[in-house]
Amino acid sequence: MELRDLHLGSACALLQQEMPPEDIPEPAAYLQTVIDGLCDLSLRDPLTGLSNRRHFNTVLEAEVDRVARSGEAALLLLIDIDHFKTVNDTHGHPAGDEVLRVVAKTLQACVRPMDTLARYGGEEFVVVLPSCQPSFGHTVAERIRRSIENTRIPLGTGVMLQVTISIGGAFALQWIRSTTELWTDRADQQLYLAKTSGRNRLCLEPPPESQVSAEEKNLLFGHLSAADPAWIDMSSGAANGGAGQR
Amino acid sequence: MAVTSGKGGVGKTFVSANLAAALAKRGHRVLVLDADLGLANLDVVLNLHPKVTLHDVFTGKTTLDEAIVKAPGGFSVLLAGSGMVEYSRLTPEVRDEFLQVVRTLIPRYDVVLLDTGAGISDVVLFSVSLASEVLVVATPEPTSLTDAYAAIKVLATQQKRQHVRLVINQTSRPGDGRAITTQLQQVLDRFVTNSTGRSIRLIHVGDIPADTSVREAIMRRQLLMANAPNCPAALAVSELARKLDETVISATDHAIR
Repeated sequence: MELRDLHLGSACALLQQEMPPEDIPEPAAYLQTVIDGLCDLSLRDPLTGLSNRRHFNTVLEAEVDRVARSGEAALLLLIDIDHFKTVNDTHGHPAGDEVLRVVAKTLQACVRPMDTLARYGGEEFVVVLPSCQPSFGHTVAERIRRSIENTRIPLGTGVMLQVTISIGGAFALQWIRSTTELWTDRADQQLYLAKTSGRNRLCLEPPPESQVSAEEKNLLFGHLSAADPAWIDMSSGAANGGAGQR
Repeated sequence: MAVTSGKGGVGKTFVSANLAAALAKRGHRVLVLDADLGLANLDVVLNLHPKVTLHDVFTGKTTLDEAIVKAPGGFSVLLAGSGMVEYSRLTPEVRDEFLQVVRTLIPRYDVVLLDTGAGISDVVLFSVSLASEVLVVATPEPTSLTDAYAAIKVLATQQKRQHVRLVINQTSRPGDGRAITTQLQQVLDRFVTNSTGRSIRLIHVGDIPADTSVREAIMRRQLLMANAPNCPAALAVSELARKLDETVISATDHAIR
C-alpha cells in the first residue's frame, strides 16, 4: 500500500498533474499512465517542449524506410540560430532560453502536423517533412526563415530581440540508398554553406536534375533545324491555306 | 557493366545480347541479366522460354543456378520473369535480394551485362548504380539524344559518375557517332558539373551502322552475330567487344590480380 502510494506520487510528479484520491486509476491504467509519462519525459526537450534528439532519430530512421517503400520524397532541414552566443553574452542565459522557446514555438507553427520538429542540441533545430516534393521544399524552408526573421522576442527587461536562422536541407529520394547518417550529413553540408555564405539564408541540396531546358536543346540540335527549312515552309503554308478557305 | 538508354526502342537489348555473344567469342564468361525486372525483352530477342526465372528464385521455388540458362551465342542469361512486374516498385526487400543475386553472380563471370530499362526510373538508376561501367545506347534522332542527355545528366549529378561510355546505334554515315558525342559533351560541359566542379566525360566506344540484316535477325529472333556475322552491324559489334575488352575488361582483370 505504501509502495503503491510512493509510485503514484512519483508518477503524478512526473506528469505534473494534481490527482484527487477518487481519480486513482485501476492498476493496468495506472501502469499505462506511468509508462506514458516516462515515455513523454524521455522523448521531449524540457526547455522547448519539442521532440528531443532521441525521438528524432527514431522518426528519421522510420522515414528513410518509408521513402524507400512509398517513393514519396522527404525533406530534412537543419536549422541553426545565427550568432546565438552573442545573445547569451549580451543579454544573459535566461534571455537565451527565452529565444530558444520563442523560436521553437514559431517553427512549430510553420510546419504541418505530420512533420516532426525537434531540438537537435544547443541552438540547433531539425525538421523532417515527409511527402515533400522537391518543388515545394524551397517554399517551405523560405517560409520558416522569414517567419523567424519577422518575429520579435520580448525579453522581460523591455528589450525586443530579433534573431535570424540559417537553414540547410537535403531530400531523401527513393532511388538513393540512404541512411540517417548520410542524410543528416548532406543537410549539414548545406547548413555549412548557408552559414559561410552570410547566414539568414537557406541552402537546399539540389534534387537530381533530369529536365532538359530549351537552351540545352537548342545547343544540341540548333544546327539541325536550319538544315531543312522546306518542312517549316510547307506546314505554315498548309495552315495559311486552311485559314484562307474558311 | 550496365547497358542503358534514355529512350526505349533504341536497341539496348539488341546491343546487350549481341555484345554478349561477341565477348563470349573472345573467350569470356558472360552473363546477361534482365535488370529491368521483367520488362526487358531478352527472352523475345533470344527466343528463350525458360521454365524458371529470377522471380522463382525470389519466391524460393528454385535456386539461382537453375534459373540461369544458356543462350545461343555461348553466354548465360538470367531472366527476371513476368512475375517480377509486380515488383516494378523497388521495395527495400526486392532491392536487397537483387543486390544479393548480383553479388553472388559477379565472381562467377568475367563480364556481367545488366540489361536495364530505359529512362531514369528508380529501378533503372538502382541497377545502374550496381555497375562499375555504364554503356549508354542512343540513336542519332533528336528525341533519343535528348533523353540520353537527360539520363547522362542524372548519372553525373546523382551517382557522381566520372564517365560513361556511349554507343550510337543505327548511324547512317561513318563519323556520326563521334560528331554526336562531341556535341553532347559540349552541352554537358556547359550545363552539368558535379560537386567537384568537373563535368562527366563521354567515351565514344563505337557506332553500329543502320543495317537491314539487324531487322532480319530480330524478326527471326536470332542473334545477329549468328545470323549474319559478316554484315556491317555485326562487324561493328565485334569491334565494340574488342574495344571494351581492351579498355575495360582486361583493365579490371589486371586490377583484381
